[in-house]
Amino acid sequence: MAKYILKRFIMMIATILIISTLTFVLMHSIPGSPFDEERTSNPTIQANLEKFYKLDEPMHVQYLYYLKSIVTFDFGPSIKKPNESVNELLARGFPISFELGMVTILVALLSGTILGTLAALRHNGIIDYLAMTFAVVGISVPNFVLATLLIQQVAVTWELLPAATWSSPLHMILPILALATGPTAIIARLTRSSMLEVLTQDYIKMANAKGLSPIRIVIRHALRNALMPVVTIMGTMLAGILTGTFVIEKIFAIPGMGKYFVESINNRDYPVIMGSTVFYSAFLVFMLFLVDIVYGFLDPRIKLHRKEGDA
Amino acid sequence: MVNERKKKEKKMMSSEKVLQVNNLKISFRTYGGEVEAVRGVDFDLYKGETLAIVGESGCGKSVTSNAIMGLIPQPPGIIKNGSILFKEKDLTKLSKTQLRKIQGVDISMIFQDPMTALNPTLTIGEQLTEGLRTHKKIGKKEAKEKAIDMLKLVGIPNPEERLKQFPHQFSGGMRQRIVIAIALICEPQVLIADEPTTALDVTIQAQILELFEEIQLKKGISIILITHDLGVVAKIADRIAVMYAGKIVEIGDKREIFYTPEHPYTKGLLNSVPRLDLMEEELQPIDGTPPDLFSPPKGCPFTARCDYAMEVCDYAYPFSTKISETHEVDCWLQDERANVLQAQNKIG
Ligand SMILES: Nc1ncnc2c1ncn2[C@@H]1O[C@H](COP(=O)(O)OP(=O)(O)OP(=O)(O)O)[C@@H](O)[C@H]1O
Ligand code: SF4
Ligand SMILES: [Mg+2]
Repeated sequence: MAKYILKRFIMMIATILIISTLTFVLMHSIPGSPFDEERTSNPTIQANLEKFYKLDEPMHVQYLYYLKSIVTFDFGPSIKKPNESVNELLARGFPISFELGMVTILVALLSGTILGTLAALRHNGIIDYLAMTFAVVGISVPNFVLATLLIQQVAVTWELLPAATWSSPLHMILPILALATGPTAIIARLTRSSMLEVLTQDYIKMANAKGLSPIRIVIRHALRNALMPVVTIMGTMLAGILTGTFVIEKIFAIPGMGKYFVESINNRDYPVIMGSTVFYSAFLVFMLFLVDIVYGFLDPRIKLHRKEGDA
Repeated sequence: MVNERKKKEKKMMSSEKVLQVNNLKISFRTYGGEVEAVRGVDFDLYKGETLAIVGESGCGKSVTSNAIMGLIPQPPGIIKNGSILFKEKDLTKLSKTQLRKIQGVDISMIFQDPMTALNPTLTIGEQLTEGLRTHKKIGKKEAKEKAIDMLKLVGIPNPEERLKQFPHQFSGGMRQRIVIAIALICEPQVLIADEPTTALDVTIQAQILELFEEIQLKKGISIILITHDLGVVAKIADRIAVMYAGKIVEIGDKREIFYTPEHPYTKGLLNSVPRLDLMEEELQPIDGTPPDLFSPPKGCPFTARCDYAMEVCDYAYPFSTKISETHEVDCWLQDERANVLQAQNKIG
């Protein structure tokens, strides 16, 4: 176990390094510089600013400074808002994005598995058809379209829920709905098909032959096995949801990381771009790592633990 | 050897019926039509005996045993007729909740493939004790002790540590022992074993069969053993039921079936088995295939493959004839008029 974790940890570091380097290269290959818009500023001020942000140095030196800032996790101040450090921006935006992403994934997991399981248990019944219709629609409608529709209908026409911002649980409902529908649909479909397969397995027949209650059979014997494929896609799904939050944050005017991230790219605010990308990718890679551990925990056949003697 | 004979002598056989299957008919609705999988099966199971059900693939052995176990999926399955009497209750008429009080408690089942019969994500301990704890309402500790006893009984060393392990940490033979332990933990009166040794290699097979005998001796349970393997039957069965196309065509004591088979199909089955004492004779697999169960023939289903078929065989199913107190066969050859006919056939 420890060896496995160490290996994964080293891979994690390598991944983050690669992503950061790519970010650096991409960032500097986008035309334009942070000071393009400031036509008023005179050349001396601009030169001073560039010096302050080390933009006058050659690329490879900048890269080294960049690596140093990653290791120390200190990206310095933002270029656009010089009185705020990148770390402060992250500390303000990330918790909100995190909350949105985590609640979304929880909602999607819970409702997706319940929906998929019910559909499988009522195979070819009404619940099954309804759930699968929902799934097809849910998978095909992009979340930003859904978000606009929800704002239009629920918030504007019916005036049931607030249309924007992130100030109370009530405000959270629409963005989460918009963001969770797609993943819910995917999880529901996956759970249904894998549940249908699991239900034909011998060990389910054996559980029936033991005279166990149907509820126990589904929850104790079937669900855990049926959820394996769901866990395997959790990693990519998580990535999708967490990046999806950027768009949703923009639409619902939620002051999460997405907001700063999008602004920073538009402004070529290099420190913010670098800081948020590195931080975000580190977070994602770490989540994927967690998913792997959870998978090993769910499926005892995965050799996370030390080898034990076979009989 | 001596030991073995002693075992056999000690074996309790009584005339007490634990299970009575009467005229059981089961069909499955499929897209292609209705499959008549079991078409009127009758047999009794006595206390402490091993009844073997043999027959070609698809003849309805598993459907029959699943019906006793209450495991016919409905739909597509339909129990069209008949009864399965156990303790004065007709199992075919019980609700699912009532059935659950019998499944795993009074009647248990062992499945063919030990590699797939155990849940890969639950420990052996949990799979062993969950039935016990559901049905007998006993505490965790007591259940664990019972589980350890069971593992000892089926011959698994270090039971205490083994309880915490998962199925993938056991070999095939070990897993089948665990499956047997699970089936026996509630001390059932009837054990149904659907090809319990088919998936195992020969040496392990022998061990498992010995285990069956030992357990039967200790617990006095009745076993329904379903198998293709007449070698297995010869070793541990007391009585044999021969199934063909959804019917039991011949039933009798092991000796009666092996030494004086009456049904042409039974004879064919026995001829298709290699025998050490008849080296020089060639094996004769039965020609042809069983009838289509979507539209089974109204006469004897074996007609198309039978060397002795007569005109009557084609349009009427034969009556059941009692050869002895224990031996019954469904074949027109038993009709007194047939002798004349067959004699004529031979001359002609
Ligand atoms: N769920 C089902 N749906 C449709 N047909 C079925 C179903 N279960 C069994 N049958 C049919 O019932 C018939 C008898 O099957 P059964 O499994 O009892 O055969 P068997 O004697 O156990 O054969 P084998 O030796 O191969 O296990 C077969 O023709 C099979 O196709
Ligand atoms: S009834 Fe006729 S066809 Fe059937 S086994 Fe007897 S002789 Fe053969
Ligand atoms: Mg079978």
